[in-house]
Amino acid sequence: MTLATAEKRMGWGLVAPALLWTAAFFVLPFMAMLALSFARMEGREVVAGFDPGNYIRIFTDWTMFKALLNSLEITVVVTVVSVVLAYPLAAIIAFRVPARWQRLALLMAVLPFWTSYVVRSYAWLLVLGQNGVVNKALLGLGVIAEPLEIAATRTATVIGFVHFFVMLLTLTIYANLIQLSPNYARAAADLGAGRWQVFRHVILPLTLPGVVTGAFLTFVLCIGDYITPQILGGNAELTLPQLIMLQMGRSGNFPLASALSVVLMAVVTLAYFASSRWLRLDRV
Amino acid sequence: MRALSWAYLAIAYAFVFLPVAVLVAFSFQDGRLPVPPFQGVTLDWYAKVLGDRDLMAALINSALVAAVSSLIALVLGFLAAHALARVRLPGSVLMRGVLIAPMTVSYLIIALGLLTVFNQTGVRLSLWTAGIGHVVINLPLCFAITYAAMGDHQKNAERAARDLGAPEWKVLALVSAPMLAAPLAAAFFLSVTFSWDEFIIAFLLTRFDVTLPVEIWSMLRSGISPATNAVGSLVFLVSVTLVVLLEVFVFRRTKT
Repeated sequence: MTLATAEKRMGWGLVAPALLWTAAFFVLPFMAMLALSFARMEGREVVAGFDPGNYIRIFTDWTMFKALLNSLEITVVVTVVSVVLAYPLAAIIAFRVPARWQRLALLMAVLPFWTSYVVRSYAWLLVLGQNGVVNKALLGLGVIAEPLEIAATRTATVIGFVHFFVMLLTLTIYANLIQLSPNYARAAADLGAGRWQVFRHVILPLTLPGVVTGAFLTFVLCIGDYITPQILGGNAELTLPQLIMLQMGRSGNFPLASALSVVLMAVVTLAYFASSRWLRLDRV
Repeated sequence: MRALSWAYLAIAYAFVFLPVAVLVAFSFQDGRLPVPPFQGVTLDWYAKVLGDRDLMAALINSALVAAVSSLIALVLGFLAAHALARVRLPGSVLMRGVLIAPMTVSYLIIALGLLTVFNQTGVRLSLWTAGIGHVVINLPLCFAITYAAMGDHQKNAERAARDLGAPEWKVLALVSAPMLAAPLAAAFFLSVTFSWDEFIIAFLLTRFDVTLPVEIWSMLRSGISPATNAVGSLVFLVSVTLVVLLEVFVFRRTKT
């Protein structure tokens, strides 16, 4: 046996456990779910087969389709608002805060990351509720006469999401800004570009891959999240993950839940291809 | 412009800290509801929470699942990263893609897929099945972090060890792993925090023994209470301590 083949054999041996794990507990389950999405329910029994009925139902039954629309609307709003709020924050930390304080500033900005995920939405419920801190403060200041109904609405869901994703995006955008050589901006300024022009034509294009990567992660995490809308969103509307959980739990309709999951995954895949030109997932 | 920047920074920090401040403040509430008016300071809720058997059992379960699943993810990820960074294998781009893929899929879908397979094969749900799910989500992370950290410097040291007659497992354990101590530690602790805090996989793939986020979720269903604030504040305290330790002992050391 030559050295090269021995080395290759060793390489396969080392990569095999991880590949087998991913195949057994990720690829195979996904295939099983895909197969199940074409099954149908007869009473409480799952009947295997190749029946597109679940998919037809998702796109023709208004409650199902509305959940998909709700999820898309919320996710797009959250992604856009989070990017718009996080970019200036990252820029201020990168360019205004003295270098030796930047690490601390970042660490502080993402500190709430370390609260429990379930508890984070609950905390927003306390802040935004009828008797919550925001309403009590605004009533006390005389800004409003009646308590605002924010909790148990879509606004609350969006606020809870934005809070989390501003932290995430600040990190990714900061990482991009700090890598930029100041010479680019200087060169543009020397050539007569104003502050806005430097930003618009030099800094923004150079940081676009980081922004898109962060925005894509936001999209993926937001559209698949169950807890935030479940705790903050109230009963007025459903998102796709809530509908999936409902189909599994109350109705025990695993085929339909699987089909909904496949649709969810298709949406994420579309988002991936839409942004793949700028996406740098290996550099997160 | 400068004043505007500082104002923006202040508002941003206020927004980021508002829910945490409210959460912690009202965990000391001397009353039944964690909302204003503040009725005085008490530690009763902490005593109640720390004396709650279900919660403490869930806390230990969470710690176990996080430690074991992260260790498995780290070992699998490290070995695969070592192989793909060192040895030229056919299809290595595809293999990298497959190993990273779970990162782009919602946890809910990973959980549902595993649940389908476990149901069909009759595997009973337990902390182990939740742990399997947590390895799936943390393996890509451990792989990506260690893969990115492997450089030529280590390659030469590994080659030297091999030339001196070390078998491959010794090269891995005594040369590669110690040289990558910092990224390995970072990958491990990141995995621990993700697993520790993960809800949907743990919720769908456990039955009788549950993890802490699932237990907190069932607390939430009986309405708001300062007890939930106390649990949340304790979790926050533990996580922040971990982050500070990591910052001081792992990241500081790599810089000097």
